Amino acid sequence: MTEEAHLHDSEHAGHLIEFRGVTKIYGKGNAMVEALRGIDLSIDEGEFVAVMGPSGSGKSTCMNILGCLDMPTEGTYLFRDVDVGALDRNQRALLRRHYQGFIFQGYNLLSRTSALENVELPLLYRGTGARERHRLAMEALGTVGLTGWEHHTPAELSGGQQQRVAIARAIVTGPAVLLADEPTGNLDSARSREIMDVLTALNRDEGITVVMITHEPDMAVYAKRQVHFRDGMIVVDEHNGGKA
Amino acid sequence: MLWNTILLALREIRRNVMRSFLTVLGIVIGVGAVITMVTIGGGATLQVQQQIASMGSNMLMVSPGKRLGPGQSSGNVPFKEADVEAIMREVSSIAAVAPVSSQSVQAILGNQNWATQVTGSDNNYFYITKRSVATGRQFSESELRSGAAVCVVGETVRKKLFGGQDALGEKLRLQKLSCEVIGILAEKGQSTMGQDQDDVVVIPIRTLQRRITGNQEIGLIQVSVQDGASTDKARQDISKLMRERRHLAPSDDDNFNVMDMKEIAKMLTSTTELLTALLSAVAAVSLLVGGIGIMNIMLVSVTERTREIGVRLAIGALEREVLTQFLVEAVVLSSLGGIIGIILALIASVWLGSVLRVPFVFNAPIIFVSFLFSAAVGMIFGYFPALKAARLDPIEALRHE
Repeated sequence: MTEEAHLHDSEHAGHLIEFRGVTKIYGKGNAMVEALRGIDLSIDEGEFVAVMGPSGSGKSTCMNILGCLDMPTEGTYLFRDVDVGALDRNQRALLRRHYQGFIFQGYNLLSRTSALENVELPLLYRGTGARERHRLAMEALGTVGLTGWEHHTPAELSGGQQQRVAIARAIVTGPAVLLADEPTGNLDSARSREIMDVLTALNRDEGITVVMITHEPDMAVYAKRQVHFRDGMIVVDEHNGGKA
Repeated sequence: MLWNTILLALREIRRNVMRSFLTVLGIVIGVGAVITMVTIGGGATLQVQQQIASMGSNMLMVSPGKRLGPGQSSGNVPFKEADVEAIMREVSSIAAVAPVSSQSVQAILGNQNWATQVTGSDNNYFYITKRSVATGRQFSESELRSGAAVCVVGETVRKKLFGGQDALGEKLRLQKLSCEVIGILAEKGQSTMGQDQDDVVVIPIRTLQRRITGNQEIGLIQVSVQDGASTDKARQDISKLMRERRHLAPSDDDNFNVMDMKEIAKMLTSTTELLTALLSAVAAVSLLVGGIGIMNIMLVSVTERTREIGVRLAIGALEREVLTQFLVEAVVLSSLGGIIGIILALIASVWLGSVLRVPFVFNAPIIFVSFLFSAAVGMIFGYFPALKAARLDPIEALRHE
């Protein structure tokens, strides 16, 4: 897989993530919507960023571009100094596979599939051997505190547990960044705090960069940095210690 | 990676056992029907060949009338006894000639009544048709000459009329003729045409002419050609002789017909083969229908699993990996259907074979081809849904409800 060779070097000079004048426009003519209006944003290794803002503010679009699922209409997105805009669909898929982990609001686990098999899924695409796959998946499930639940299917797990399986799936490949789209959106506050504790621990202990969309200020305070979007622009970008 | 994909596909099929089964039902039926048809057809062809061989391949049948088809004729000018003698005398390379006339009659014994076929002939008939008298004896010269009231009965007639009793020496009634049973034919079973060859009573030809039909006509002349001699040559000689005897002008068509059993064998074999091919073609259509069923369900599956596809794409699955996954799923599904179809077809063939009394012939090539075909059906009809899955936009897919 030569397409990913140039990404292997983690000794990059600049930021982990860098947006330079990123603009995203949907539709044409009167139906045209400017979702992002020239965003400049850089995120370094080891950061824990909460992305906030009302719906329609552009935070989801920003997240899609961060996750290489969408492309900026204008501007440049550098991931470890690699211009993502120059990559094709397959190369972006490989970038996601090797460097990014995704967590969704709706968990998005495969139904009727055990927690273990769900966590093994990204490793299957990486071609990891069966034994190694099993070991890594068990380890990731251990990290999120689900040892003993590996053979349960999503239907047999609580929402909080399902989200922790999803986190295990996202970190099992050892990604550089964890992209979380409202990870606590479907959970009550107690379960939400559990999830936030897991994310905080991953950020603190494993050094995984976390970028998390949330509209709950209670959750955002766990992050070391808060970025607020409004009308396609960043209006607040503040650092605080984070809630440890 | 491919092995992993197959495992994933099997996992997916296991997740939805009932639907998977219904999906492949078309393939199961298609493959099953094709293999059953071909196997039964092959068995029937083999059976025809075996029966022809048991009848003797050096047999000619001379029947009156223009040739229309096997055993059919019109504008009959029947043969006479003199024709039979002439053939025996004039045509070289002939081993035996037998006159044969048949009529349907009621065979009656006491209060037992059985509709059967009475055949008038002579002892050559047993030789030419390769039949033997199992118990009792053939006709004597004097019985043949005088048209005595004696008969040799087939096994079916014996069973129907006499049951467990001894038949030899008993008298049974054929219309107004009361005749003594002097022999019982060895059992022969069904003929190629499905007739019971044991449902027959043989009496001397003269007895039949005088006491039953009331005329001197001979319906059919059966000829056995000497071993190693050319049946074609004998056939031409008989033709020539009969034309002379019937005073036909060179411009006239034959008003009789000399048939070679070999030719009949060939014709029957090709008929069975044609039928087999036709039935298989009909069965093959259901394979096509099965393929459409697979496409239908795969499309439903892609729609239903849109979010899942989105997740796979988000965690870094390549387009071709998603394509391969769905394609492999379709192929594994249809191949499983093929395997089930093959197993069912083998069971059905053995069972049908025993019901239809057709030998079971294991046909490995057709099984192999059917399996490949079922896999190909999955490949072809799974491609479009798989492509649809692979081309999904991950953002849209993740948003899908």
